[in-house]
Amino acid sequence: MTQYMLSVHHDPADDARMAAMSPEEMQEVFQAVDAFNAAVQEAGAWVFGGGLQAIDMSTTVDNTGTDAVVTDGPFAESKEYLGGFWIIEAADLDAALDWAKRGSQACRGPVEVRPFQEEPAE
Amino acid sequence: MHQVERVYREEFGRVVASLVRRFGDIDVAEDAAGEALLVALERWPELYPETGAPPNPGAWLTTTAANKAVDRLRRESHRDAKHQAALVIENPEKHQPTGVVEDDRLRLIFTCCHPARAPEARVALTLRLLGGLTVAEIAQAFLVPETTMAQRITRAKKKIAGAKIPYRVPEPADLPERLDAVLAVLYLVFNEGYLATSGDAAIRRDLTAEAIRLVRIVRHLLPERPDVAGLLALMLLIESRASTRVAGGELVPLHEQDRGGWDRSLIAEGHALVRECLARNQPDRYQLLAAINAVHTDALSAADTDWAQIAALYAQLAAIDPSPLVALNRAVAVAELDGAEVALAQVDRLPLAGYHAWHVTRAELLRRLGRSAESREAYDAALALIDNPAETAYLTRRRAQLA
Repeated sequence: MTQYMLSVHHDPADDARMAAMSPEEMQEVFQAVDAFNAAVQEAGAWVFGGGLQAIDMSTTVDNTGTDAVVTDGPFAESKEYLGGFWIIEAADLDAALDWAKRGSQACRGPVEVRPFQEEPAE
Repeated sequence: MHQVERVYREEFGRVVASLVRRFGDIDVAEDAAGEALLVALERWPELYPETGAPPNPGAWLTTTAANKAVDRLRRESHRDAKHQAALVIENPEKHQPTGVVEDDRLRLIFTCCHPARAPEARVALTLRLLGGLTVAEIAQAFLVPETTMAQRITRAKKKIAGAKIPYRVPEPADLPERLDAVLAVLYLVFNEGYLATSGDAAIRRDLTAEAIRLVRIVRHLLPERPDVAGLLALMLLIESRASTRVAGGELVPLHEQDRGGWDRSLIAEGHALVRECLARNQPDRYQLLAAINAVHTDALSAADTDWAQIAALYAQLAAIDPSPLVALNRAVAVAELDGAEVALAQVDRLPLAGYHAWHVTRAELLRRLGRSAESREAYDAALALIDNPAETAYLTRRRAQLA
């Protein structure tokens, strides 16, 4: 088994789309994501997952020099940012892609699939 | 090409596919296959002086390559026990005999053409691992530096291991979509050979031959798939005209080709496949294009072409593939049926100003309508967009013949 990160990236257009959603539509998305989470857990593929707070909640720490520098804001100055992610266990890429298809449908956004370098220590 | 190398290339896909199944590692399989070639080059001439190759060269090469791979893994296991352990875990079928299992090649094709890689990487990997072409040959075929192609192939192979792209034939539910990706790769290889986008050769028959060979393998492994039969028929019928498509360094259009020079055996095989497709009646893009080509190869002279049939087939194609390219081809048949004026009106509506064939079609229709100045401009626009010397020569001459 390999662990894969399924990450959901947001850009300003997604934010605008989300902001324009009615509370009922929002509720539908939440329910779809809950149902997807339940399906991943039921299949024994669940490792971890969740949605992140807005990007302006982030703080960056750089301790590569003499002093640790703490900066308000994200590391990368880009319009896109990580909105949330799942970590799942799958037999191979095809199995991970199948979960990603369902996850993308549930959260209404594209999902990036990326394998972890090594299997976790037993 | 040397006899041993020819046989080797034919067998390469089988050998690699079989070794990947047994050892679970593409690099090990590829290197071992390469070493087996060196042994074959050295030993076949003396072992088989009459035929130059053993009676079952695939089995000979597979066994030799498997032995080389085992030697290498033994050597490495002392150095790299972890690698060895991983190999055992990931490949439960490791201890199966290294037979020549046809399905291995099918697995390998699906691995090479997995949608998780960019199309150019799929093409390169397929030609390398299934076709047995060297990195240098593939680089030359696609006119990129050898180092670029080597990196592309290395990256593609790394992703197979790193992301765990599976080595298996997809589930029936996923097969149509995944087979589409395989056929698209093979069609891309064929088309690059059919009309090289650049370089000195107008037609690259090494590439068309390779594409046909690989589609034949898929056809052999999936004989029930009409789309595979359709693609093979399409390639055979186009290939049947290959030797008449260029004369004196100029591209010769279909209606001017010497039909006596068409390859009758390829046509017969293509027509039989088209008939098989018609009987199944599940038309798709490849089958319809094959049927259109069959109408052309059926006509004894250009004047005998059944344009009504061709227009009808293009209309059917447009219903499943409503692209402007299909509409452009259909307009060529319309010109024969309803006249150049009707066809030109259809062509002018298409958003294809960046595509040379659109300008060529306009130039030819304007010529028929006696609108020489506009025709000349259209030839100029087409010439500005192409880089194929034979096509340039043909269009330049056509342009010069205008009144």
